[in-house]
Amino acid sequence: MSGVVRAEIDGRAIEVPAGASVAAAVARVTAVFRSSVSGTPRGPLCGMGVCFECRVTIDGVPDRRACMELVRDGMRVRTRG
Amino acid sequence: MAERYQTIVCGAGPAGLAAAIAAAAAGARIALLDAQPHAGGQIWRPSVRYRLPARARGMLARALNNGRIEFRPGTRVVAAGDGEMLVESATGGARLRYESLVIATGARELYLPFRGWTLPGVTGAGGLQALAKQGWPIAGKRVVVAGTGPLLLAAAATLRRHGARVLAVIEQAAPVAIRRFLTAVPGWPRHALEALALRARLGSVPYRCGEYVAAAHGTIALEAAEVHGREGPYRIECDHLAVGYGLVPNIELALLLGCRVDAARSAVRVVTDDSMSTSVPGVFAAGEVRGVAGCAAALIEGEIAGYAAAGAARPVARLARRRARARRFAALIEGCFALDERVRHLADTDTILCRCEDVPLGAVQGHPDARSAKLATRCGMGACQGRVCGAALAEILGFAPDRARIPLFPVALSSLVDPFTADTAEPPP
Repeated sequence: MSGVVRAEIDGRAIEVPAGASVAAAVARVTAVFRSSVSGTPRGPLCGMGVCFECRVTIDGVPDRRACMELVRDGMRVRTRG
Repeated sequence: MAERYQTIVCGAGPAGLAAAIAAAAAGARIALLDAQPHAGGQIWRPSVRYRLPARARGMLARALNNGRIEFRPGTRVVAAGDGEMLVESATGGARLRYESLVIATGARELYLPFRGWTLPGVTGAGGLQALAKQGWPIAGKRVVVAGTGPLLLAAAATLRRHGARVLAVIEQAAPVAIRRFLTAVPGWPRHALEALALRARLGSVPYRCGEYVAAAHGTIALEAAEVHGREGPYRIECDHLAVGYGLVPNIELALLLGCRVDAARSAVRVVTDDSMSTSVPGVFAAGEVRGVAGCAAALIEGEIAGYAAAGAARPVARLARRRARARRFAALIEGCFALDERVRHLADTDTILCRCEDVPLGAVQGHPDARSAKLATRCGMGACQGRVCGAALAEILGFAPDRARIPLFPVALSSLVDPFTADTAEPPP
């Protein structure tokens, strides 16, 4: 892998290596990816698509698993932290 | 309109890659599915910084450059039965038909709840390893790796290589069990060399056996781990706590198809014969889904399953001895790294057990099984569909696994409807 991709996390511009996951990009901005049903802060647990704790909104689509998607140039991600 | 394949292989880790390559060599047209955006499974997950080992690159090239194998990444199986499955990917839903199916869905980590385990910064051990490979900002971060098994050392080595400051590896198995393991490992020279290489890469990182993490502390995110040490409790300030108690086979697809399984707590495995055939005709299983045994066993079983699924005369005899040896090593690991009963009971009654629905352990105690607990408390009813809390409950309360239900993963309604609506289906090729 070579090069970088640029995206926006909660309005902040970030740059990550090509091949980086959305989770890796979000982690550059916040540790809190979402709030649980009772309002407690959560971040990734499993890193492999099992636990659904890393859910974020990607380009307007809610509940995407940040660990399962690679960052694309121009991607806009919103956490619920 | 359904797309047709002779064989579908679910999972593109070592077992699935080997199965697809073998089935293709036998002349079948194959779809190789994986939920991840890349092939390789967990063990051969690509790193943004380092190349994969040569063996992994070789297997990936053989599968992905094969004209008979269509790799479909980012594809989740939502439902399956009667030679057909419904899948979802970035392009929406699709119906795939198969004459034979190889289930090579691998394994996930076993998590045992403890106070504070829902704090951001607390991850799986393999979990943080996977995140770091894909660019998680781990350089310079203080990391404690904990839980059990050789995977902890592999995770710690990967994290260090990506720049993490690994403060300690906390292994729950007692020193006497670890010594028993080290005495036996030279019988498997390849694994012995791997162990030595790992030890070298870990340098001066302390390996603390017979200890476990009892709690995580922090307000919004993790600040410190509380360790139950052999000489009393102590705290380690850290940014990440990566805890894994071994692996749990991903058996949901096999359960949905009605394959016979056997279970010992969270270790539920698909039962097969020597040609990897499950109890359901035309459905085969290979690798960790048959019981966790590592990469060597997965490669051999995948190859056997691939030939069998393609209906080819298969070199079972040649492979059977190697397979038995790989499985014996798995049994050695299982014995030496057996769980200390205390790590099953770290959660208090008010510790969250089901992280999707925020159900505490106390709410679930007193129910006879996972199903009644779910109906009464919503435990296991959230987005992960019990994949995390189900295994924990099997360990803590001895609950048998709940049956699989559709959809196997949360799915967009359009993905359920479109594949069955004639005017949106593509014409056959």
